[in-house]
Amino acid sequence: MELFEVISIGVIASVLFLLIKDKQPTIAFLVVLFTVIYFFLFIMQYVQEILRLIAYLGERANINSVYIKTILQIIGISYITEIGANIVRDAGLKSVAVKIEMVGKVFILILAIPIFQSLIETIINIFPIT
Amino acid sequence: MTLDTSVLFQIAGIGIIVAMIHTILKQMGKEEYAQFVSLIGFIIVLLFVLDSISDLFQQIRSVFFLQG
Repeated sequence: MELFEVISIGVIASVLFLLIKDKQPTIAFLVVLFTVIYFFLFIMQYVQEILRLIAYLGERANINSVYIKTILQIIGISYITEIGANIVRDAGLKSVAVKIEMVGKVFILILAIPIFQSLIETIINIFPIT
Repeated sequence: MTLDTSVLFQIAGIGIIVAMIHTILKQMGKEEYAQFVSLIGFIIVLLFVLDSISDLFQQIRSVFFLQG
């Protein structure tokens, strides 16, 4: 089972981090960074299958593919914002991490604008404002 | 699996070796060389990590339709 692989890599990385933390803090930080990236790359292949299932279901339900695509893009932005913010937070720069999260939120809002517009247009078409 | 764990051990090994060389050069009184060695070790490790970062970003882009 691959879960045990992930857990043992995490334990090994923390031991190596403790080993070189005192002498070379920058390289110790890169060990942490590499471990985080490894885990995300590991999880990404499973996420891909889940997203393929979601896209398939949306296709079968005759949902406009733009909506599904936008939702997946929002999920992707939140993933990558989380990665970046956590890495920067590990390095001790909390304020930069908060700004990265803020930029991610603004980009999510920008992606949601077309859906919001079409929602408003639908509502106006249903209840025409005289 | 696009990556393997041996890179993790390579990074840790480079860190330990650089720390050792740093200590030896410091004992010999060559402070500036010691700084230089730790900088170069850092750059080498950074190259490894940058490779995997670009892998990750490419994969996220292709999985979540984020091109452009």
